[in-house]
Amino acid sequence: MQYMALIYAAPGAGPQPGTPEFDAFMKGYYDATETFKADGVMVAGDALYGPDKATSLRIRGGKSETMDGPFAETKEVLGGYYLFECADLDAALKYAAMIPTAEHGTIEVRPVVSPEDYG
Amino acid sequence: MPGVPDLERVITRIMRDDRGRLMAALVSSLGSFDLAEDGLSEALASALVHWARTGLPSSPQGWLLRVARRKAIDQIRKDTRLQNRRGEMERLAEEDQAAALAAPEDIPDERLRLIFTCCHPALDEKSRVALTLRCLGGLTTGEVARAFLDKEATMGQRLSRARAKIVAAGVPFAVPGPELWDARLNSVLAVLYLIFNAGHVAGTGPQPLRSDLCEEAIFLARMLDALTPEEPEVQGLLALMLTCHARRAARQGAGGTTIALDKQDRGKWDRAMIAEGLDLLERAMSAAQRGPYQLKAAISALHVSAPDAEGTDWRQIVLLYGALLTFEPTAVVRLNCAVALAQAGEPDRALEVTDALAEELDRYQPFHAARAKLLADAGYRAQAETAYARAIALTGNAPDRAYLQKQKRHLLP
Repeated sequence: MQYMALIYAAPGAGPQPGTPEFDAFMKGYYDATETFKADGVMVAGDALYGPDKATSLRIRGGKSETMDGPFAETKEVLGGYYLFECADLDAALKYAAMIPTAEHGTIEVRPVVSPEDYG
Repeated sequence: MPGVPDLERVITRIMRDDRGRLMAALVSSLGSFDLAEDGLSEALASALVHWARTGLPSSPQGWLLRVARRKAIDQIRKDTRLQNRRGEMERLAEEDQAAALAAPEDIPDERLRLIFTCCHPALDEKSRVALTLRCLGGLTTGEVARAFLDKEATMGQRLSRARAKIVAAGVPFAVPGPELWDARLNSVLAVLYLIFNAGHVAGTGPQPLRSDLCEEAIFLARMLDALTPEEPEVQGLLALMLTCHARRAARQGAGGTTIALDKQDRGKWDRAMIAEGLDLLERAMSAAQRGPYQLKAAISALHVSAPDAEGTDWRQIVLLYGALLTFEPTAVVRLNCAVALAQAGEPDRALEVTDALAEELDRYQPFHAARAKLLADAGYRAQAETAYARAIALTGNAPDRAYLQKQKRHLLP
């Protein structure tokens, strides 16, 4: 099964760039990614720019409207993701727990819908 | 061949004892809670018809399992939403053939996997409790709903959401490996203890005691104990339940008033159940792996072993609460510790401890009831009066409210 680990954190939470803690934090990401690859569970993974670089789009009455930023102000914002291929939820949660942001943010693990789930 | 007299009772009995075993075997074979649940209900309906006509089969459980599996195969064949499962029909048909030759004791016992799945932390707590009662206990959806004071339809939706999440999220139908064992076993123990407490805790609910839920929890804890031999915390939990439930006949007075431990008629305690609990606790402690349930059981054991309230080893109880705080540093444990401190002859320290908990436990009825008594015993009449008033306001059942009102009226000037 595929699971997407969505990485949420409050802006400004966790180690800040330029500090030794931040270097350790980034090294944590590097090590985790290496483990995911070595264990054969890594399908994809990326960091995302913040909501201030986002453009939201919707189509209303056939017309495309765009907007700077996301709609809702939320405390925690999506900062990145991993896509895992794992046997079951326990395995996915084990890998999600290795994501350094879990220490101060939230990792939301969502199963990916596969074509046969549509029946 | 004659039919079976009292067939419904026979079937209820079989389901009471073996529902968990049948559900577990079906979930394991079918890989789906929904197919297992639907298949088993249809098999039961079918049993009522067939057994009435031809009498009980040699293995009713084996019969139910086969029919349930065939109903599920049928469903996979008919339901277009299940067409992705059709590749498995050959395997299921082979299992069906094998089951035809099997004796009842050959039904593989998959209940431990089912318990861990139902109590998986990916499900919310209430759903874990409901699913465990439904799948492993003998409760119908309506009975589970009543345990929560919910509507049957609401509970049905909750159960079906939980089953759907198990499938879609890939919650494994498996006994966790050693690295997850402790955490996941704790989740199972917590579910069983919640079920027990739902029945045992009186004082704030509209229904003071639910012995049936206590017995359900004990049934499930015995099952878990049999499936995980020599797990000290499992033995500890079962010992805790037995030593508490042994006092059931003495815990309520006329009209459903809760009778405090020190006022209970100890002659009404179930001595056989106490002995079983103490024996289990001793076996658990011999493994020398301390845990919160063993500590709670040890506290309960000191209560039920004492001749009366005065003859209780309160010093030892204070020490045990201290040890429990290292596992559960919660306000409620601190409160219980304070009550024991007062009994052990340190009322001032007890009041100090409760003062510090006032904010956190402000909406907790037992806090105000306990504090009122501590204040009254120490001679702080005005403060005791306020505390009683607060406790009375938070008490949901009428007899307990009346009892507290009486205590308040009788405060010494």
